[in-house]
Amino acid sequence: MDFEFFVNLLFSGLTRGSIYALLALGYTMVYGIVKLINFAHGEVYMIGAFTTLIMVSVLTILNLPILAIAVIAALVAIVWSAGYGYTLDKIAYKPLREAPRLSALISAIGMSLFLQNYVRLAQTSDFLPFPRFLPTVRFLDNYDGLSSSQFIIFTTTTVVMVILTIFIKFTRVGKSMRAAAQDRMMATLTGVNVNKTISVTFLIGSVTAAIGGILISAHVGQINFYIGFLAGIKAFVAAVLGGIGSIPGAVLGSFVLGLTESFGAGYISSDYEDVFAFIILVLILIFRPSGILGKPAAQKV
Amino acid sequence: MRFRNMLMIALALFLVGGFAFAAAEGEAETIKIGVAGPHSGDLAPYGLPTINAAELVAEKVNAAGGVLGLQIELIIEDDTCVPEVAANTAAKLVSDGVVAVIGHVCSGATNAAMPIYVESDILAISPSATNPSLRDFPNFFRTIGADDAQGPAQVDYVVDELGMTKIAILHDKGDYGKGLADFALAALAKRGIEPVLFDGITVGAVDYSAIINRVAAEGAEIVLWGGYHPEASKLVDQMRSRGLDIAFMGADGIYGDAIIDLAGDAAEGVYASGPSIAAGPIAEEYRALHVAKYGAEPGQFFMQGVSAMLALVNAIETAGSTDYDALISALRSETVDTPYGSIGFDAMGDATGVGFSVFQVQNQTYVPVQ
Repeated sequence: MDFEFFVNLLFSGLTRGSIYALLALGYTMVYGIVKLINFAHGEVYMIGAFTTLIMVSVLTILNLPILAIAVIAALVAIVWSAGYGYTLDKIAYKPLREAPRLSALISAIGMSLFLQNYVRLAQTSDFLPFPRFLPTVRFLDNYDGLSSSQFIIFTTTTVVMVILTIFIKFTRVGKSMRAAAQDRMMATLTGVNVNKTISVTFLIGSVTAAIGGILISAHVGQINFYIGFLAGIKAFVAAVLGGIGSIPGAVLGSFVLGLTESFGAGYISSDYEDVFAFIILVLILIFRPSGILGKPAAQKV
Repeated sequence: MRFRNMLMIALALFLVGGFAFAAAEGEAETIKIGVAGPHSGDLAPYGLPTINAAELVAEKVNAAGGVLGLQIELIIEDDTCVPEVAANTAAKLVSDGVVAVIGHVCSGATNAAMPIYVESDILAISPSATNPSLRDFPNFFRTIGADDAQGPAQVDYVVDELGMTKIAILHDKGDYGKGLADFALAALAKRGIEPVLFDGITVGAVDYSAIINRVAAEGAEIVLWGGYHPEASKLVDQMRSRGLDIAFMGADGIYGDAIIDLAGDAAEGVYASGPSIAAGPIAEEYRALHVAKYGAEPGQFFMQGVSAMLALVNAIETAGSTDYDALISALRSETVDTPYGSIGFDAMGDATGVGFSVFQVQNQTYVPVQ
């Protein structure tokens, strides 16, 4: 149990945290604006992975180099998943925008079950091998604590986070997203097209989820229709941990969760991996009920 | 009046007809043997081969004059591997007057059916139920090794053949996986070996590098895995992509092509224990009979089914009757030649002489190494 072991666990935690972060973003952005927990979000992640697999199988016939196949397949999958996210909103959530929040929540759970079973019936319930197109190179001499796919996952997540931050901070659409999150009614009154903003939010959330789905599937090398469930639940926990509705909070919460699981599994026992994750959640919610970076809900009188 | 007469005649005819039918049945007395298992649904591939096995043995015995001068009649019932259905299946077989049952196939279904057979003094020989607790039934026999025989088989191979003593045991926290891990742990403890790590993992997690780091940090030479192939292929893949050269061994849950399809090159060198392969003249004979009659290679548990049927026929012949106690003592005392060689049964109903072998993935296919 030396320093190298500690660093190895740190990298494991960062890998998990990165994936959780890509997913948690979607939960937290949607919640920030619509106040809806989109339980079908994990399914968008799963559909991203499945679309990539199908595209890779199709493109392999054309005899392109593996990197070109991977890039094209990933792009198609991202666009396709974004379409799913957009459609989900239009079909299942928009008609319920003015309904009680519970109705939209039930609708979300229904969409999650529907999409899982749809993929199970349309594809298969077996595990399928996923092409490992992340290059595996020993890029660090004499050090095997970090595989190249873990490194790629971490880098991609960082890049996505930076792009997203710039987008939300400095673009017009980003500004209207922040406005809608602060006060939807007021944003409408000042001329922000809230419905369009919500659609964009679903698009962005689905894109990040699809990126996560593709990266992790190429990392673990297999997928089935159920992979979105556990990943979705964990990412949801991460979003709550960081303060749901807050984008930096979701990222922070994801890394806290990933590192807790990794160090818990490494130093104590992986039998209790999930237990550590939820103990952290309970502790943080006891002391900061709205999450690490969440704003306390103002009591309107 | 006329109508009433006709009714009386009809009733009389019906009664006479009934007697005639009963008499016909009484004339052709047979020895009835039940065959129960999943014959429809998802798990049918595990149950159907047993029917073929029972039919082929029955045909052969009947053609040679039957057993005790009587023909064997098979009563085939589907339990779909569902315990509730299996209880009904068992009751049906009892009312049909079977002397013994070949089955059931799934451990859970067998567990539900056995109490009904105990009450009715009927014995059962399962070709496939591996759950250790089934030995609590005095009338239960099986021609497959129990789960707790797998741990010792794995440990024997790892310690004696591979010469490894630094063993990490991982499992998936499920009934099957944790059970196997516990049996391996017990087998190690008998040899005075403490595993370097004993831990469970979360099924479906996005990344297993933390536990793999732990395995490496503890200096394990081999991972003994209790669980199924999806997690096994993730673990072995992530170990290989990290350049870790730690051996990996699972049980029958990873024995099959699925792990090779999923893990590809990373599956190379993976060990799995699985039921021993039937070889020799009797196995060859029944394989050929199966191909001739059904036009395909026999499926899962076929050879165990043949063994069960042969053991039962032999016991009836030795006992000279279909009396319950005589049959049980005959099964426990006699050995019989089967596709697995000469097998017998111990007091717990476990077959002696059938066991587990170790296989290794070499050039993308499992080959026996022991």
